[in-house]
Amino acid sequence: MNKLLTVSLEWMDARFPVSKWWNEHLAEYMAPKNFNFWYYFGSLAILMLVLQIVTGIFLAANYKPDATQAFTSVEYIMRDVEYGWLIRYLHAIGASFFFIAVYLHMFRALLYGSYRKPRELLWIIGMFIYLALMAESFLGYLLPWGQMSYWGAQVIISLFSAIPYIGEDLAVWVRGDYVVSDVTLNRFFAYHVVSMPLILAGLVFVHIIALHHVGSNNPDGIEIKKQAKNAKGWPLDGIPFHPYYTVKDIVGVAVFLIIFLGIVFYMPEMGGYFLEKNNFFPADPMTTPQHIEPLWYFTPFYAILRAVPDKLLGVVAMGLSIVVLFFLPWLDRSPVKSIRYKGIIFKFALFLFVVSFIGLGYLGMQAPTPTYTLLSQILSLIYFAFFLLMPFYSVWDKTKPVPERLTD
Amino acid sequence: MSAESVTNLGTEELDDKARRRFLIAATTVVGGVGAGFASVPFILSMQPSAKARAAGAPVEIDISKLEEGQKITVEWRGKPVWVVKRSQKNLADLASLNGILRDPDSAVEEQQPAYAKNQYRCYSEHPEILVVIGICTHLGCSPTYITEEDPSAKTLRENWKGGFFCPCHGSFFDLAGRVFQGVPAPTNLVVPPHTYLSDTRIIVGIDSSDKGAA
Amino acid sequence: MKQLRYFATVLILMALHTSAQAAGAGPALQTANTDVSNRAALQEGAKLFVNYCMGCHSANYLRFQRVGQDLGMTDDEVAQYLMYTTEKIGEGMTIAMDRNDSKRWFGVTPPDLSVIARARGVDWLYTYMLSFYTDPARPWGVNNLVFKDVGMPHALWELQGEQQLVHKSVTDDKGNIHEVAELELVGKDQMSPADHQQKVAKYEQAVLNLVTFLEYMGEPAKLERQRLGPWVLLFLFIFLIVAYLLKKEYWRDVH
Repeated sequence: MNKLLTVSLEWMDARFPVSKWWNEHLAEYMAPKNFNFWYYFGSLAILMLVLQIVTGIFLAANYKPDATQAFTSVEYIMRDVEYGWLIRYLHAIGASFFFIAVYLHMFRALLYGSYRKPRELLWIIGMFIYLALMAESFLGYLLPWGQMSYWGAQVIISLFSAIPYIGEDLAVWVRGDYVVSDVTLNRFFAYHVVSMPLILAGLVFVHIIALHHVGSNNPDGIEIKKQAKNAKGWPLDGIPFHPYYTVKDIVGVAVFLIIFLGIVFYMPEMGGYFLEKNNFFPADPMTTPQHIEPLWYFTPFYAILRAVPDKLLGVVAMGLSIVVLFFLPWLDRSPVKSIRYKGIIFKFALFLFVVSFIGLGYLGMQAPTPTYTLLSQILSLIYFAFFLLMPFYSVWDKTKPVPERLTD
Repeated sequence: MSAESVTNLGTEELDDKARRRFLIAATTVVGGVGAGFASVPFILSMQPSAKARAAGAPVEIDISKLEEGQKITVEWRGKPVWVVKRSQKNLADLASLNGILRDPDSAVEEQQPAYAKNQYRCYSEHPEILVVIGICTHLGCSPTYITEEDPSAKTLRENWKGGFFCPCHGSFFDLAGRVFQGVPAPTNLVVPPHTYLSDTRIIVGIDSSDKGAA
Repeated sequence: MKQLRYFATVLILMALHTSAQAAGAGPALQTANTDVSNRAALQEGAKLFVNYCMGCHSANYLRFQRVGQDLGMTDDEVAQYLMYTTEKIGEGMTIAMDRNDSKRWFGVTPPDLSVIARARGVDWLYTYMLSFYTDPARPWGVNNLVFKDVGMPHALWELQGEQQLVHKSVTDDKGNIHEVAELELVGKDQMSPADHQQKVAKYEQAVLNLVTFLEYMGEPAKLERQRLGPWVLLFLFIFLIVAYLLKKEYWRDVH
């Protein structure tokens, strides 16, 4: 039996680099030995990508991208298709959990300076994944064809119309109609199930290749590649990804699935945060719901949009709030990467940033009042200040010396 | 301790290996069982949905106006179901064909319910009524009903006593849906489960034995 | 008169408004303690739905047969209690009313109620069915506290009786006097307190049964997912333990 396996593997290796890839990316990929809690979310994001693709295929097999049938076909999936309800919940709630994993993954990069040299490109590819993911979830959110689907799409596509001169025409071009309609639904379906998944999968592949080229960062922000090698040729603080991090990530997957499936089975609506009440009313182009809000993962940016009392400038501010993230590797000029060796100024700035992001996320879900708008404006300023002032305060900050070896 | 210890496993090396092998096996088994269970909803989702099952519900047929030699077609689960009323002569002819049929006694169990496992392939109380699914057992075409008197019968086959001819690949069936020898179709036409509600009303999709199930 | 009623309504809204929910302003809703595993309540609710609601409202996405399976009724019982003769057991709970006719009669087409409980929430539905009151200004002679100027007549008025809006002066802790409007049964004074209480309680129970059925109707899979959930989580905990032991074993090398 063993001999058969060895022979088969040799046969394969002569024709396809199975062992080579296995070694490069798993068995001989050297990872720092001090990954902590924050390092689970990369593999969890991949898990969610796979889950979304698998459940998505089965949903697409039963869904009808037609304005007269879309809402009905979703309820058909929820009721008539065997276990359709489970597959649909996994997908709809999975989208939220995908974003949870991605946001925590990105926050990890902020904490430990994972975007710093030599990982600038890795960070930028990651940002493109984030953009693609936002597009993917926005496209998918139209498909149930409920009131929120419809009016959410209507509002977001109308953002294009803020662009001077070509805006209105551009919005019509995107919709393929003068309002969101059957045509829009049909094309959004195509982009949601074909274009964006291909782009996402491609970007994730490139992201991993880039990561394995530069090597993983770690909570100390120390480059283990620069360390001396031990007898086996491993960096002093490095361990092979497989088996050490594969077995560790499996534990992370188990815990994550317990939380995820706990919500799927016991509170799929999550109080309206994961499945919105208004989306159980079929889309009605004649009546706007009293209060339109995007799903939670978009609300911080939506709050920035609303904070600016001018259509064009609001759209610009919202766009910039995402664009600024791309420049993070060059905004941070601290001599150290990890928050462990950064000083009080950076820690305080990061704290304010977290407060502003969560605060904006909350405000984006509320109906606008003068108080809330003022609050949104203050938090938006803090949000931008965190990035735009970083070149200065990261230099003024009093950092601690970084040791040669990992500390834990 | 640091990573160097990976290279110098201690004296308990053998114990460790056994323990690891056990834990790897345990995780693989539990994980494999989980993956197996997880695949169940996806596989079952491909079964006919409640909508498809409702559309495939039993169908009632009124045969009070059916004349001898006449055929009516109803749809059951999206398939054509034929009801043919045979004359006494037709029934007598059936016996004479036994020698040139592949399965004259309906020996292949799956092709009919037990109550149709006879020469006429129908309830013995209603020998003149044939209920059969009009799908050729070769590759799924729907055969044509050709009576003995039909003008085209002469050119079709010598000594034609009436029956069904599949134009796709040239299979012949007699008036009991039994397949002839020397044609591509392997088995007799399928007799669907059906029940007489009265002498003139048939319900297709329910066996008399399993009332309620459909 | 009209202004007064408006004023009263605003006051009620303000008086009842306690929670600052994202859904925005609206009267505080009464809590409906529904339990979709209570088959007796579901069966009673299903009968009410068929007899009182399905004249105008459909539930197209729910099949009669499914109702029977989930509520523990045989196909024959479903046919006897819930269906008209022309309907088939495998079909959805559709209605024959023409959409244009109903729009002319009510001003809007009565919506399909399949997922209404998920859209409105059970508390809203429960409160709504308790909050009809007599209002001669409306086409059907009734108005509703949680759905102002609703186009729907009070379908269950035979069960509840007629309710009217009464205005009362209430003194709060600080000594301010508020005018508050409440609903009460017409002819309350002619009933003994015990009779009145019984009548109210009986109606509330009927509405609760109806709303329980509406909740089930919104998500028939709820029963199944609650049945499946514990096993899935139990399995994952076992997997977590095994995976953790494996991780711990390997990481002895590193620590």
